[in-house]
Amino acid sequence: MKKLQSTSDMEKLRKELLQKKDSSKSCISICSGTGCHAYGCEKVVSAFEEELKKQKLKCKVEIKRTGCHGFCEKGPIVVIYPEEICYLQVKIEDVTDIVSQTIKAGKIIDRLLYTDLKTGKKVVHESEIPFYKNQTRLIFGNNRKIESKNIGDYIALDGYNALVKALSERTPEKVLEEIKKANLRGRGGGGFPAGIKWESVRNALGEPKYVIVNCDEGDPGAYMDRSLMEGNPHSVIEGLIIGAYAIGSHEGYIYVRQEYPLAVENTELAIKQAEEYGLLGKDILGSGFDFTIKIHRGAGAFVSGESSALMSAIEGKVGEPRPKYIHTSEKGLWDKPTCLNNVETWANVPFIINKGADWFRNMGTDNSKGTKIFSLVGNVNNTGLVEVPMGITLREIIYDIGGGIPNGKKFKAVQTGGPSGGCIPESQLDLPVDFDELNKVGSMMGSGGMIVMDEDTCMVDIARYFVKFLSQESCGKCTPCREGLRHMLRILDDITSGKATEEDIKRLEELSEVVKEASLCALGQTAPNPVLSTLKYFRDEYEAHLQGECPAKACKELIQYYIDPEKCKGCGLCLKKCPVGAISGEKKGVHTIDVEKCIKCGACFEVCNLDAVSKISSKERK
Amino acid sequence: MKNISLTIDGRNVKAQEGMTILQVAQSSNIEIPTLCHHEYLEPYGACRLCTVEIIKNDKTKLVAACCYPVEDGLIVKTSSERVNKIRKIILELLLPLAPTGPLYALAEKHGLCECVKKSDEESEWRMIKELRFPAEKPTYCTLCGLCVRYCTEIKKGNVIGFIGRGVDRKISLVPEENCGFCRDCENICEGGKFFSLLEL
Repeated sequence: MKKLQSTSDMEKLRKELLQKKDSSKSCISICSGTGCHAYGCEKVVSAFEEELKKQKLKCKVEIKRTGCHGFCEKGPIVVIYPEEICYLQVKIEDVTDIVSQTIKAGKIIDRLLYTDLKTGKKVVHESEIPFYKNQTRLIFGNNRKIESKNIGDYIALDGYNALVKALSERTPEKVLEEIKKANLRGRGGGGFPAGIKWESVRNALGEPKYVIVNCDEGDPGAYMDRSLMEGNPHSVIEGLIIGAYAIGSHEGYIYVRQEYPLAVENTELAIKQAEEYGLLGKDILGSGFDFTIKIHRGAGAFVSGESSALMSAIEGKVGEPRPKYIHTSEKGLWDKPTCLNNVETWANVPFIINKGADWFRNMGTDNSKGTKIFSLVGNVNNTGLVEVPMGITLREIIYDIGGGIPNGKKFKAVQTGGPSGGCIPESQLDLPVDFDELNKVGSMMGSGGMIVMDEDTCMVDIARYFVKFLSQESCGKCTPCREGLRHMLRILDDITSGKATEEDIKRLEELSEVVKEASLCALGQTAPNPVLSTLKYFRDEYEAHLQGECPAKACKELIQYYIDPEKCKGCGLCLKKCPVGAISGEKKGVHTIDVEKCIKCGACFEVCNLDAVSKISSKERK
Repeated sequence: MKNISLTIDGRNVKAQEGMTILQVAQSSNIEIPTLCHHEYLEPYGACRLCTVEIIKNDKTKLVAACCYPVEDGLIVKTSSERVNKIRKIILELLLPLAPTGPLYALAEKHGLCECVKKSDEESEWRMIKELRFPAEKPTYCTLCGLCVRYCTEIKKGNVIGFIGRGVDRKISLVPEENCGFCRDCENICEGGKFFSLLEL
């Protein structure tokens, strides 16, 4: 590849790429994000390649390994273009049928289509599936259209057009103005206006200035940054180059978790490609602007996602936060002015430059503009990554997009904002989702984790889970966070095992206040949120535990398993499954559980087809 | 250097740009308790005992006095009700870990313990209230990092470091480094850990 020397070279290349594209040619696009990868999409891809060869269609049909499509519940996902026929949960055995029926004969295979949960009707096109239909897929939309490892795909879809625009038509100040006007707020958690951050770095004294992409996503259950970095790394890189141009920075870092091997691989490749094309390096597209990007692999600490800790880590020190009374925009990486933004924030930039701040401001609420990607997980029918306009209600996300709660269970709470977010109850489901509204109810936007919980979830146990996570992921530097969380966890352990008193809840509340107010960094300052929000909305559950009851029957120490003699037909399934030999009974006779031996693993409960095994409170011991 | 004027506990004090609240307070004989602070070392902000309340642009905030750089017109309250409550709980958390003189002395000010004379020469510390956050066993270390930082910043020895994360954080001697046995770490330690660590 010859380096592009000017913006017109870029336009020429884009035209060439589009001309080469044969729109009549069928394209099988196979999601190759991490979720589908785990389902075995690679084998499906190989099966397609072989089948096409066998049926002599290889030159007529193109195969694309795309980024994550988002509907991870139903992977591997295969979409056939130009018709946009969407097949879900495709197995190797389905490949021959797809090629001979759909590709060759244009026939749709019903069994692989999505079935609407409400109407039972089959849905052919990807965009008509309710999961997608109710989303606004702006940042994430291109993921399914491009091959992650192919810069040409990105360029053909107007990729790097915003960079061309910025470099050839606008001064850095104008770019900065546009971002400020768009009121783009940081997608990583805090929601700080990106334009204002950029401006303070630009105006700060000190050279060189640095720009950083934070891809140290570590919230349990969240993977939106990962999917974006894996699926469309060029969109993030383009945003970063534009930001660097506006700020006056010539060196950038992408901090990616080592545990995201595909993200590391695709980002490395994307940087290499961008360098080859002359989109990184000296005199980018003949504009005179120089910019390089280095990758820093994170060593797997949640706290390193905190900006000052992340910068320490890049400097080669232990990833520990430092006081930020002097902002990192003045003294950041190596004490130089540094602008750090999250993956999704950077990926928004090309859209704003391409379509303008006014267009961007049309989406969202008064103070939260644009869209937000959420990782919708937990007890919800359609698990996956969703992108929605700010201001959509939680109910719309969970029910219209997520398809509601599985197995006819009742909704109990939704936890937003990662481990430091809060649990929001049903009464708040009509809350418009934006930065400020979520804060008001004691939760936060965070980076976009959204965990749905049904009636079988114990809210005290959930608070305990997150506090445990944070007590291990805290760096341990400051006293309130380290010692406060240690004792909060002890108290929560006591509550979930029925050993606590009213006095313990008081201590828990006091500790929560101190950890929140006195901790050094945002990890500690927000760590009590799961406790405070569950105490606020589900205090009755805490109180029940004091009486030795777990209302959700989830806390092991407070329940036991019981076989109903009226329902048990003596099939022996539970007896076979029990790992500790706690179940006894004659074939076709009523079985019983020896509570002394039982380890409460729940295997018997899971396996019983007759609903004869139930969880009962230890207090109502039979 | 720019001259700055601010208010600490109602007193108007003068300072110079670049000073921290703690430095200004100390030079004006206003007491703010500290544990992880040492005048020779870089501000660290870990123990949070020096937490004070500041009012800036009509907004109240809690900050660590050892790290916060003073600004013109800043109002500082070093022992408001909110601040005292935080300090008291921090001491309640730390005292069981390092039940030694310096921490008892700090805890005494918050009514947690008292010094009881046994004879003319001897006295001992006694808790007034039962410990609400007991430790499994005392480690004699508050993880203030004075030893780690002194060895790194002043002695350039790097012989002591932190290991582990979160609740598992500990200090440890790094075996491959050469310790000159200056024993400054022992002297700087207020928790008493180094008596046990260096004797090993």
